Amino acid sequence: MANRLNGIPASDGVAIAPVYLLTEPDLSFETVTVEDTAAEIARFEQAIAQTTEEITAIRDIALESLGAEEAQVFEAHLLVVADPEFTDQVKGQVKSDKVNAETALKNVSDMFIQIFASMEDNPYMQERAADIKDVSERMLAALLGVKLPSPATISEEVIVIAHDLTPSDTAQLNKKYVKAFVTNIGGRTSHSAIMARSLEIPAIVGTKEITSIVKDGDLIIVDALDGEVILNPTEDEIKTYEAKGAGYADQKAEWAKLVEAESVTKDGKHVELAANIGTPKDVVGVLENGADGVGLYRTEFLYMDSADFPTEDEQYEAYKAVLESMNGKGVVVRTMDIGGDKELPYLHLPEEMNPFLGYRAIRISLDQTDMFKTQLRALLRASVHGDLRIMFPMIATLQEFRSAKKIYDETKAELISEGVSVSETIQVGIMVEIPAAAVLAKQFAKEVDFFSIGTNDLIQYTMAADRMNERVSYLYQPYNPSILTLIKNVIDASHAEGKWTGMCGEMAGDQTAVPLLLGMGLDEFSMSATSILRTRSLISKLDSNEMAALADKAINECATAEEVVELVEEAVRKATEEA
Amino acid sequence: MEKKDFHVIAETGIHARPATLLVQTASKFSSDLNLEYKGKSVNLKSIMGVMSLGVGQGADVTITAEGADEAAAIEAVAETMKNEGLSE
Repeated sequence: MANRLNGIPASDGVAIAPVYLLTEPDLSFETVTVEDTAAEIARFEQAIAQTTEEITAIRDIALESLGAEEAQVFEAHLLVVADPEFTDQVKGQVKSDKVNAETALKNVSDMFIQIFASMEDNPYMQERAADIKDVSERMLAALLGVKLPSPATISEEVIVIAHDLTPSDTAQLNKKYVKAFVTNIGGRTSHSAIMARSLEIPAIVGTKEITSIVKDGDLIIVDALDGEVILNPTEDEIKTYEAKGAGYADQKAEWAKLVEAESVTKDGKHVELAANIGTPKDVVGVLENGADGVGLYRTEFLYMDSADFPTEDEQYEAYKAVLESMNGKGVVVRTMDIGGDKELPYLHLPEEMNPFLGYRAIRISLDQTDMFKTQLRALLRASVHGDLRIMFPMIATLQEFRSAKKIYDETKAELISEGVSVSETIQVGIMVEIPAAAVLAKQFAKEVDFFSIGTNDLIQYTMAADRMNERVSYLYQPYNPSILTLIKNVIDASHAEGKWTGMCGEMAGDQTAVPLLLGMGLDEFSMSATSILRTRSLISKLDSNEMAALADKAINECATAEEVVELVEEAVRKATEEA
Repeated sequence: MEKKDFHVIAETGIHARPATLLVQTASKFSSDLNLEYKGKSVNLKSIMGVMSLGVGQGADVTITAEGADEAAAIEAVAETMKNEGLSE
């Protein structure tokens, strides 16, 4: 379609408004020879003072409207203006080449921009080139006596269109009038994109050519949900997108209401919707999305982000931080899962033919027990700070679980004899990701406190299909009745012993799998934090008994994954229409 | 002249926020401060100089100070490195 332009969606939402073209000011100048270089340098000093004043003012606006973190960039800008290397080089050129300050400034700033823009292996530094450009343009405008356009003066509803929005432009955007913005360049991590998200203004970046296509006052639609700009829309298109925008707003409002809500089905059955995390920093997102707990804390990042084995104290601090911020909610910590596709240079593991079937996770822990004990000591010490649950990954046999549990019990006794306090309510369970454990769940259930099903590995091992190999990716079939049968076996086995089962693979947050898992009686669903509210909303529309019948039918009557999907989609459509 | 070696442990190396604070700290002193990395030396009071070095995780850098308040300057810089989690 000719009236559409695609870009990268940087901040969600839909907007319809006239274009405000934020055009580049004319900063052209002539290179001239100056005789009185001292006067020229004084003129440059004057421009520095004026620029400092302007950036300080913008920083203050940003502090107020965006907060300290976003205003941080202007602190860096102030340092650029005051940078002795930068300004001395400009003054040096004026003196030695007898050129005007504009020419010297342009030469020096271009050189620095070039240095940063050429750091191709470091996108962060590349984007800093925009900061230097922003500051030097402001200095140039001050020298030329040109007033830079300021989006702060906008006083009616518009969509701002620009080649790129500099941080100082973005800071001046008034949310009341600026309904969206679209730029030619940029990516999801550029300043403009980050600021758009924190201001909650819909934005599309990287359209390549929007500035040469639209004119001031043109009515356009910005669909930042799908990254599409609709130019000169028809009446019908306007209606369609008004509805889409309203639908998105409703959905967002509906989900946001669920942050504090309980995770219950339509008929009042409770489940736990937990989040997967990799570092203590991730807890912020977990709390913002109203998770009922942490269902998987992947501790291997502690090892992978470190140049050597993390010490007991380092690990203790990390575990304590997570437990404390979760404030009494359950936290399932998985012991080190290195191996497979996750390497650890300082462990010096020999290369293997089949790393996913090789020396990894609990197999390493049970072999190199010093490392395992250090982790258990740190966990046990942290246990007094919250509701800790520990699980061992890649358990295939009961003997492995018993060996791991024995080391755990010994470590606990050691700590207690040292006078260290340890929680008495720690649960110890296993990750079910090897079919052997899933099949023998009945026996495991007698000895473990809980199961957590790791579907990514369970599927690859059940299907004998490497999940990193694209040529066999069609075998990644979470809805295949064989997988569902294994999952059901694990859940039933745990319930028969009064234990519980969680799931921490991709499947737990999959909107097609959730109704089935709910029907099978899964107790805890652990997913990426951003999927929680959507899943809570879905669950609230489903009846647990109806889903139980659905899961039963899927397992006993369906022969293929396709048949299962068809069955679930029909049931969900029916349930959401009723709700 | 005062001199101190640092091993950078921060995952992101010396990027915007820590660089900003390092330069702000260095600028408080009258001594000349330099940051040396991979045989290159830049003025620690220059944000662009510091950032252009592209100091990443695991880098070994040396900071030197020369002037009336050199000892205090090195100490303050070391404190900032530590507080920002750049170095131990």
